[in-house]
Amino acid sequence: MKNYRPVIGLEVHVELSTSSKMFCSCPAEHFSKKPNTQTCPVCLGLPGALPVPNEKAIESTILFGLAMGCRINRESKFDRKHYFYPDLPKGYQISQYDQPLCYEGKFGSVGIRRIHIEEDTGKLVHTTVSGKRVTLVDFNRSGVPLVELVTEPDFDNVEAVVAFLRQVQRIVRYLGISTADMEKGSMRLEANISVSKDSSLPSYKVELKNINSFRFLKKALLTELSRQERILTRGGKVDQETRGWNEAKGETFSQRSKEEAQDYRYFPEPDIPPMVIGEKEIERLKGILPELPEVKRKRYEEEFNLPDNYIEVLVGDTQRAGYFEEAVRQGRKAGISERQIAGFVVNKSLDRQFPEPAGLVKKILELGKEEYSSSTEIENAVGRTLKENSKAADDFKAGKSEVIGFLIGQTQKVLKGRGKPEEIRIILLERLNKN
Amino acid sequence: MKNKFTLFQAKKLLEEGEITSLELVEDCLSAIEKYNEDINAFVSLNKIVREKAKNSPKPTPERPLSGIPIAVKDNFLTKGIRTTASSKVLDDYIPQYSATVVTRLENAGAIVIGKTNMDAWAHGSSTETSDYGPTKNPWNLKYLPGGSSGGSAAAVASDMAIAAIGSETAGSVRGPAAWCGIVGLKPTYGRVSRYGVIAMGSSLDCPGPMTKDVQDAAILLEVLAGKDPYDATTSPKAGEAYSSLIAQDIKGLKIGIAQDYLLPTMAKEVIESVKTAAAVFERLGAKVEYVKTLSPAYAIGVYTVIQRSEVSSNLSRYDGVRYGNGRAFFAEEAKRRIILGTFSLSSGYQDKYYKKAQRVRTLFIEDFEKIFKNFDLLIGPTLPGAALKLGATKGEAMFGEMADVLAEPSSIAGLPGISVPCGFVGGLPIGLDIIGPQFSEARLLKAAFAYQGSTDWHTKRPKL
Repeated sequence: MKNYRPVIGLEVHVELSTSSKMFCSCPAEHFSKKPNTQTCPVCLGLPGALPVPNEKAIESTILFGLAMGCRINRESKFDRKHYFYPDLPKGYQISQYDQPLCYEGKFGSVGIRRIHIEEDTGKLVHTTVSGKRVTLVDFNRSGVPLVELVTEPDFDNVEAVVAFLRQVQRIVRYLGISTADMEKGSMRLEANISVSKDSSLPSYKVELKNINSFRFLKKALLTELSRQERILTRGGKVDQETRGWNEAKGETFSQRSKEEAQDYRYFPEPDIPPMVIGEKEIERLKGILPELPEVKRKRYEEEFNLPDNYIEVLVGDTQRAGYFEEAVRQGRKAGISERQIAGFVVNKSLDRQFPEPAGLVKKILELGKEEYSSSTEIENAVGRTLKENSKAADDFKAGKSEVIGFLIGQTQKVLKGRGKPEEIRIILLERLNKN
Repeated sequence: MKNKFTLFQAKKLLEEGEITSLELVEDCLSAIEKYNEDINAFVSLNKIVREKAKNSPKPTPERPLSGIPIAVKDNFLTKGIRTTASSKVLDDYIPQYSATVVTRLENAGAIVIGKTNMDAWAHGSSTETSDYGPTKNPWNLKYLPGGSSGGSAAAVASDMAIAAIGSETAGSVRGPAAWCGIVGLKPTYGRVSRYGVIAMGSSLDCPGPMTKDVQDAAILLEVLAGKDPYDATTSPKAGEAYSSLIAQDIKGLKIGIAQDYLLPTMAKEVIESVKTAAAVFERLGAKVEYVKTLSPAYAIGVYTVIQRSEVSSNLSRYDGVRYGNGRAFFAEEAKRRIILGTFSLSSGYQDKYYKKAQRVRTLFIEDFEKIFKNFDLLIGPTLPGAALKLGATKGEAMFGEMADVLAEPSSIAGLPGISVPCGFVGGLPIGLDIIGPQFSEARLLKAAFAYQGSTDWHTKRPKL
């Protein structure tokens, strides 16, 4: 990408892991469930059925908005978005149009245009029944709460997009509101991609859909950016359209023209009274926001002397991080270092074996006792060290007493760190002074 | 013939063991057998109504409607009983669940005797646009019963049922009640649950009782009113014990005659009936005077646009994919309303039509609020005249909206209204509409009951 600057905006959909669907009490967890076994008049769009909003879903959306630095709309509402598709039972989707729950946020350098809540559609399954090619509809997913986050077109490189998405995934998991699993479809992504020669916003954008994993995200974005650059360099025009990502072929393909925006005839949902979100409610939600991943990461970097990859693993899971901190608190009293604890948690996953941090601390103390080298092992190690480092030994005997530190270190190496430093020193000195 | 009893009378006789539910049901069924072919009030009859009657114990405070046969308009879903909204799109639709209204009635022991005819999808004020043929007015079979709850009104007027349930979006309960000489109550929007009612105008639809007299309406409202967790637009305000509040006197009640509802084009009998009613109220101790309101004519455009917009949205689920027949089965009126509603919501026109209509709606709400600061109730004619002849709606696309002009202001403002029989024009009944502020049903029923106590219009029955 020499002459052109990428201009990328994102639309991220996250399925909430509430117990009930957005507008009815059917279970929201639908992955791999037998088709059409989790439905009711409301999510099937039967005559006379009415939507009743899921409070927890609204709360989760506001929490997400707060975590992304958004402003919360004190007056919000639902709107009907009309279009026909067999997986949309009412012929309209209940969504939010001009008064989303969250708006005008900023996450790092990325502007968050809006975050709103809507209901998911059913799923179409293309198959063959009795030799005939048919399309079946499964309504288990119909009505599941879906949060939509739209960013400003603030991304100018693919790495930033990937990093942002990983952060969104982490935050959503931190808040405990979604599993945000791209492979399972609980996190979906659409990217609006264009390229620009200068600082102005391009006149077109291509919507890229069907990116189902982090693995192919980078490749898909780069492929599309190259495609656009090639067209423009040749003097052509890039069509405003929707394109899909074909993993097998490693290329993007045209899906439908986005030349004319479809008229969704949005109007306020008359079956659901508008929501008023008071100051008290917002303060309460701010209060239950957990420490967010980036903040935790910075704190760990300052507070704990740990390698970066250890921090990465701990920060990645809010429960493990909490466990780790409690174990460190208890370990301090017993003289166990945070590095040791981190090692046991990250490398050996001992936090799984010991649900209580106290148990882990106890185990580490026990292992410590077993794992110290015996005196014989130290004698042998010292012997080997002095043999391999005769010059250093001579230096010491010649009066360079500070060399002892080096020799202790070398001995410790042979012992793979299991030697008690004091014991090594004593035995070394014995040997050196003997000769 | 026991089917001629009012609900209150039948209830008392059942409680005292003077009659049985089966006797009541049998008499209703023979009336249906005798007259329904001509009147066409019912689309479907409940096949197991006799079993239900046999198994009905006497009414108790917990089951106050036990054993009473009630007709239900065919846009209320009844589990296991065919529900069509009088449209061929749902010709063979058998619902898997019942509307909350139906559940409440059945929990109170009532028996659904059948589903009544209506304008298809409730799109009308005549019951002439039913896909199953028009319902005729029991007072004169050449005339319309009104609509869209025409079947329910005709069933009650001809004693085919002890009482009935209808629904009103603007005039669909009060209108047919007036033309058939019975009582029709449209509660405050949000007073009675819409869950399980085939949606027409989501911000307007109100299920309501259609009965032989005011007391019956109070008894039914008491069973139906209240918050429903399945309908987010129902009010958290608890319902009241309406049947025990109606006998209170109305001394000092301030009643306004809506002078803008007395149109110069109306039959003079209609205007006279309102003046006569005013005199009755004065004799009973109320203070009556004329009051100016926002002209109902402005409500026509507001109502037409909002209702059709919501209709076009609410009918989009009838795609034939999951139930019912395909869209080709929509008749002309439904198609007309879908097209107009879609237009009013479409990009480039929404501001001019839908949004503007909603703003003018607020003006009506504010006008009523202002009026009800100085008055307790408003009265006026329910409809501009008595029933029209069959065929009157042909070629008149705006028939309904013009006929319902007097009901539209209170409907778009979500206010309650009750129509009580108040006279005749050319041998056909007319009604007096009493309107109150939100959740003033007790006051409405009290005034209507007092009026009924001083008149006997409600006791008249058609010669069948």
